[in-house]
Amino acid sequence: MSLALPAPDMDRAITRISHEILERNSGSETITLLGIPTRGAHLAARIAAKIESIEGKTAQCGTLDITLHRDDLRLRPPRALMPTTIPSLGVENRDVILVDDVLFSGRTIRAALDALGEIGRPATVQLAVLVDRGHRQLPIRADYVGKNLPTSLSQIIKVQFTELDGLDAVTLEEGEA
Amino acid sequence: MRHLLSIADLTTPQAIQILDTAEELSRVSDGPMKKLPTLRGRTIVNLFAEDSTRTRISFEAAAKRLSADVINFSAKGSSVSKGESLKDTAQTLQAMGADAVIIRHSASGAAQRLADNEWMTGSVINAGDGTHEHPSQALLDAFTIRRNLVHGGNDLAGIRVAIVGDILHSRVARSNVLLLTKLGAHVTLVAPPTLLPTGIEEWPVSVSYDFDEVIANVDVVMMLRIQMERMSELFFPNAREYSHYFGLNRDRLKKMKPSAIVMHPGPMNRGLEITADSADSARSVILQQVTNGVTVRMAILYLLLAGVQESGVQG
Repeated sequence: MSLALPAPDMDRAITRISHEILERNSGSETITLLGIPTRGAHLAARIAAKIESIEGKTAQCGTLDITLHRDDLRLRPPRALMPTTIPSLGVENRDVILVDDVLFSGRTIRAALDALGEIGRPATVQLAVLVDRGHRQLPIRADYVGKNLPTSLSQIIKVQFTELDGLDAVTLEEGEA
Repeated sequence: MRHLLSIADLTTPQAIQILDTAEELSRVSDGPMKKLPTLRGRTIVNLFAEDSTRTRISFEAAAKRLSADVINFSAKGSSVSKGESLKDTAQTLQAMGADAVIIRHSASGAAQRLADNEWMTGSVINAGDGTHEHPSQALLDAFTIRRNLVHGGNDLAGIRVAIVGDILHSRVARSNVLLLTKLGAHVTLVAPPTLLPTGIEEWPVSVSYDFDEVIANVDVVMMLRIQMERMSELFFPNAREYSHYFGLNRDRLKKMKPSAIVMHPGPMNRGLEITADSADSARSVILQQVTNGVTVRMAILYLLLAGVQESGVQG
């Protein structure tokens, strides 16, 4: 097991992503952050807090559960549904930023785009992730990346948040080949 | 969980999982796009060998909102009325590739029989079997109670429920007693002695013959339909007397706690077990029960059909 991002680096990455989001969208006026539960939702809340401390006004931040749109439902036992909370201004004509902890096959994001389409028609959809580990199976890329982490398919990336796990860290574990 | 045959089969965490799933799905039903792709390509058969309006339509709406294909099959106008056996019917449905069969039957245990005999590989959902059980109704009732009366907390601990009327013939009462007590509620059954089943002492409930005494102390008053079609003998002297002692009317409504709600599984005999003004009063959540019915049934279909089952035979 190796530590890919210790807590201070993780915080720096989140700060940089927040600045990039503000730069790309000329401020926080038009943006809506939607985190994909569970850890994407915590990451979205961190980014929202960071944006608030930079801009001095509250950011629109919610969660988007994608379970009902997954393409692998039939391959696993039924999953529990997670909460979807859409902030007050909705998604219609907003610059929606999907937030997830790890970008891997891209299938979660495809499902998120479908789930988002059910709710409304955003002006743009952007993607922010803490770790991009490669191995895409779909033509999807992230707009904001905390760290590019080349991995082999057998490795396991673990993202931990203080709120859930008691510490902030991204670790890389060797799985069984 | 492969089948939903009886509340007795459900563990408390499973029951709460169904209610929590329904809670999330209700946000979808409230949204602008009501259809989800989750069960695309799955075939669900509504096998109704007994009359029903809301349960059949409710399951059909739930299945369609999850994009499943629905085949409706009622006993009238099918080979069942020519005397086809349940086995032959089930094997026919299996040959047509049904992923789930929702069965309503006048014989208690019909759903269990369908599930036990392995005539089909799909899921079996009991939508009411004789006077035995009606699990999806109990789940939607528990969901309605939780939404109206429980703030924080996922079970029904401390809620007091009165179930009033024809307990003897009621599968709704049986399923509700099992589920509500499982979730921590206290249930009091109110009925004339002739409409209580034998062995009621064994049930985890209180029993009262005095509706007026009970009504002031409960959070939920659940009225049951007098089931004339199942009554082959006289269970009470006349309708007027029944209404007087066991009907919900304006005077009794006034005795209820300020926050208490009125429920009825439908169809109602207005004027017999419930007066029209009670059924339409601000306390009544009877139409909410219908709306919640679709959501809870979506949750049931999702949990039974969306994933592979642990046994790994389905997929």
